[in-house]
Amino acid sequence: MLSPSSGNTVIKSKLIGRRMFLLTAAKAIVTFGIIGRLVSLQINERTKYKTLSDKNRFREWKLAPERGVIRDFFDKEIASNQQVYQVHLIPENSKDIEKLFVRLKTILNITEKKLFYLRRIIAKQKPWEPIIVSDNITWSEFSRLNLFLHELEGVKPIVSVARMYPDNSSAHILGYVSQVSAKDLQTKKYLKDLHVPGMSIGKTGLERKLDEEIIGKIGFQRYEVNAYGKRIKQILINEGQAGKSFKTTLDFEVQKFTSELLKDKAAAVCVMDVYNGDIVSLVSSPTFEPNEFVHGLDKNYWNSLIKNEMKPLTNKTIAGLYPPGSTIKTLVALSALENGVIKPLDTFKCEGKIELYGEKFHCWEKDGHGIVNLRKGIQRSCDVYFYEIARKLGVDRLSETSKKFGLGKKVLNGFIEERAGVVPNTKWKKKFIGQNWYLGETLHSGIGQGYFQSTPLQLCLMTAQIANGGFEIKPRIIFDKKNNNLREYIKYKNENPNDPLPTDLLVSNFELKPLFKNQEHINLIKDAMFSSSNEPGGTSYRHRWENKKFTFAGKTGSSQIKRFTEAQREAEVKQESLPYKDRDHALFVAYAPYNDPKYAISVLVEHGGSGGKTAAPIAKKVIKKVLERHELRERIDSLLGEQA
Amino acid sequence: MFRTRSIQSSLSIKDKILSIDYILVISIFILGLTSILAMYSTDGGELKYHTQSHILRFFVFFVMFLTLSFIQIRFWHSQSYLIYIFFFILLLGVKYFGLTSSGSKRWLDLYFMNLQPSELMKVGLILFLAKYYHRTSIENLNRIRYLFLPVVVLIAPIILVATQPDLGTALLIAAGGLTVAWLAGVRVKFFAISGLAFIALLPIAISFLKPYQKSRILTFLNPERDPLGAGYQIIQSKIAIGSGGLFGKGFLQGSQSYLDYLPEKHTDFIFTLFSEEFGFFGSLFILFLYAIIVWRIIKIGNVTRSNFGKLFCYGFGTAFFIYVVVNMMMVLGLLPIVGSPLPIMSYGGSSMMAIMLGLGIVMSCKVYKDTPVN
Repeated sequence: MLSPSSGNTVIKSKLIGRRMFLLTAAKAIVTFGIIGRLVSLQINERTKYKTLSDKNRFREWKLAPERGVIRDFFDKEIASNQQVYQVHLIPENSKDIEKLFVRLKTILNITEKKLFYLRRIIAKQKPWEPIIVSDNITWSEFSRLNLFLHELEGVKPIVSVARMYPDNSSAHILGYVSQVSAKDLQTKKYLKDLHVPGMSIGKTGLERKLDEEIIGKIGFQRYEVNAYGKRIKQILINEGQAGKSFKTTLDFEVQKFTSELLKDKAAAVCVMDVYNGDIVSLVSSPTFEPNEFVHGLDKNYWNSLIKNEMKPLTNKTIAGLYPPGSTIKTLVALSALENGVIKPLDTFKCEGKIELYGEKFHCWEKDGHGIVNLRKGIQRSCDVYFYEIARKLGVDRLSETSKKFGLGKKVLNGFIEERAGVVPNTKWKKKFIGQNWYLGETLHSGIGQGYFQSTPLQLCLMTAQIANGGFEIKPRIIFDKKNNNLREYIKYKNENPNDPLPTDLLVSNFELKPLFKNQEHINLIKDAMFSSSNEPGGTSYRHRWENKKFTFAGKTGSSQIKRFTEAQREAEVKQESLPYKDRDHALFVAYAPYNDPKYAISVLVEHGGSGGKTAAPIAKKVIKKVLERHELRERIDSLLGEQA
Repeated sequence: MFRTRSIQSSLSIKDKILSIDYILVISIFILGLTSILAMYSTDGGELKYHTQSHILRFFVFFVMFLTLSFIQIRFWHSQSYLIYIFFFILLLGVKYFGLTSSGSKRWLDLYFMNLQPSELMKVGLILFLAKYYHRTSIENLNRIRYLFLPVVVLIAPIILVATQPDLGTALLIAAGGLTVAWLAGVRVKFFAISGLAFIALLPIAISFLKPYQKSRILTFLNPERDPLGAGYQIIQSKIAIGSGGLFGKGFLQGSQSYLDYLPEKHTDFIFTLFSEEFGFFGSLFILFLYAIIVWRIIKIGNVTRSNFGKLFCYGFGTAFFIYVVVNMMMVLGLLPIVGSPLPIMSYGGSSMMAIMLGLGIVMSCKVYKDTPVN
């Protein structure tokens, strides 16, 4: 019994041993397979997996850079930054967003609409990207939030900086900043690598023009994060770089002063240095509150802005187009002189109207000005005189002079809202209206009506270029301490009154670009403008400064909105009695002081009636303010010059 | 009879202790210490719950293993059916009184530990079949009548485990049982036939699969299919192992694991963690330890006289090897994630207990290698 069983056992043992041997071989193969796999992953592909592991490990958060500051000429911040309290939320750190919202609503002032908007954003972006629940909360809300923070998972209170405008007097020229829109991302290339949620960019004005430089360089924080996106530790921080700050040529004091003067009017004022084109003041009225735009605009406020007939959002100084009216007469006269059409003492008789080409052309003075020469024509702004010389001059030559002096084109660089205006001529009309030029239209053009369209800044530039003796200047608003050739030229001329060199040689030595053929013509116009403001009978005589320090020479203008009917003319209807919308725009351009021109000014009051009555008094006050501050400005200028 | 008794009684305590396979014991001990290091790392370098209980379990079961080594091989032989039945009853108990966790019912609450009887069944089935084929004569081996019982004892626990559901463990139980049957001499054609039958039934089986099980298989075929869902584990595990490079990121420096990118790092993915921190050489070291353990188990199978001992050692050694390679291939992205622990390394009391039980029986085969079992 024992032996067969044991024999059986031995056979079985052998069978088991054989099969085990096969199994062992299989095991060896599998083991080498595993080793091969380890070689492939840990040796051959280790770089790839190392990269993937780092990608897992690190996550970067971008930091919005601090926007550069904009200062005025005296280094006063006119667009600065202030500390703001914000609430950010990282969705993936919150277990239950809805519960969190309910809790947040009891702490902060959040509307249902805002929550709806937040939910949409959460759905769109990566769960670890922070969203901004509120970008400007009050200190009391902020401290309350911090108190309850332990029950608000995922919520982060943040102290950040945001744009702050100390005053709204310069709102138009500074523009405003606001959240980046989808369209901005498409159209502005520089935003491509720059976009951080919650970052503001310039939408209009200087903020927009300077955006690319003022916005700064983005910073980032690199964190080690775990699989749930929780930040474990900070690995690297790059603060980024605050945007470049800019110094402008504006004078904040003048801005405030002017803004106050224009209150409740739809008006614009430009003040410019006649030698270097520095814009001292650029005010458009009514203004708006730029701070409202920084943290998401209130809908009611927005509606009130766009419904306002006075168009508070338009920068009237560069985007408002108005017929230049009688202010153009300076250029008409100059063009006529330059082209030899008239002599200064040539006279015409004004009887209040003339009839030409079967049409009646009226002078604003119903009874006429009598015998009128160039000086008197400008002083009294006699329309008939200018009808006559415009007729002789022709529109094309007038157009040429006007363009030379800066009308009909954009004069400030990089402002998308700036408009070019129109300087009409025969070609222009053919091209844009498709009709031939009528001679009657030349007469309208001669008094700055008809197709003529210009911005207040263009008129200011025109005046400045007359005031400086007829040399081209480029208006500028960003401060630049480059040497000023024109000023040096004037200085040289004053110091060497008997320099034998001919003017044109001197001019080319100083690399100036004269806009005249004969400077005497410019002087004639300047003198006529003096008489208009300072001699009895002049259109702005009532608003002159006796004090030599402030004496200005100007030209009034009013641009017609609606043609006067014969009946109205007969009845001598006053502008004040017309409906607001039908009243003329009041214009006034001037330079001061008369004997040593430093600044040019243009004033526009929409529907203000006559320039002499409405615009000139404003100019008078602004001129005094600007000139009072001139010495201060001069001193800073020379200090900066020494630095340079 | 007399002779056998004399051999048995002639073994003094000293003989018994000397006859223990020390290479095996030391390898297991080193592996245990390594696993404690790995566990310490999963706890982020602190002596926290997982590490503490792993240390406790390792030493308790290691002592149990040594103790079991001195139990007579005859005891294991005579009680193997009973042991199987006991484990089977525990499995049935799971079905009715089990604890449910993350969708599957696998555990029995024993107050001091949660027991997973399916792990014990891995050893229980091998034990049962080793005895069964020890007793079946070579002529009867391939008779259909004699195939009936093995099929029943194989299928019954597998169905119970697969429906917990725990497909991975069910397959590993089957692997152990089939190995023993094949080693004993069951013809390949029966395996082929049942394999074909299995393939034929596969579509039906798939329809019984839970959605997550289906997605695991699909994910295995293409891990990038759903990188944040089911493929996540495989991808993260490969990243961890690959980024370990030659020498690893260093002890406690495995960023993938301590930043929680690695799923189940205490249990199924413990090898990944170790591999990330100790690199290619670390992985080889572990592989080497396992190879020694398997080699020693097979070696004991070679020296033990009884076919019961041989079948058990070969069966358990092979099953042990399968557990190791299945786990490794899984974390290396060579097999679908089926959920199988790495013996001794992984956290888990039942797995540790079952492995130590198996090793204890193996060692008993060594100590009583010349003792006939019946």
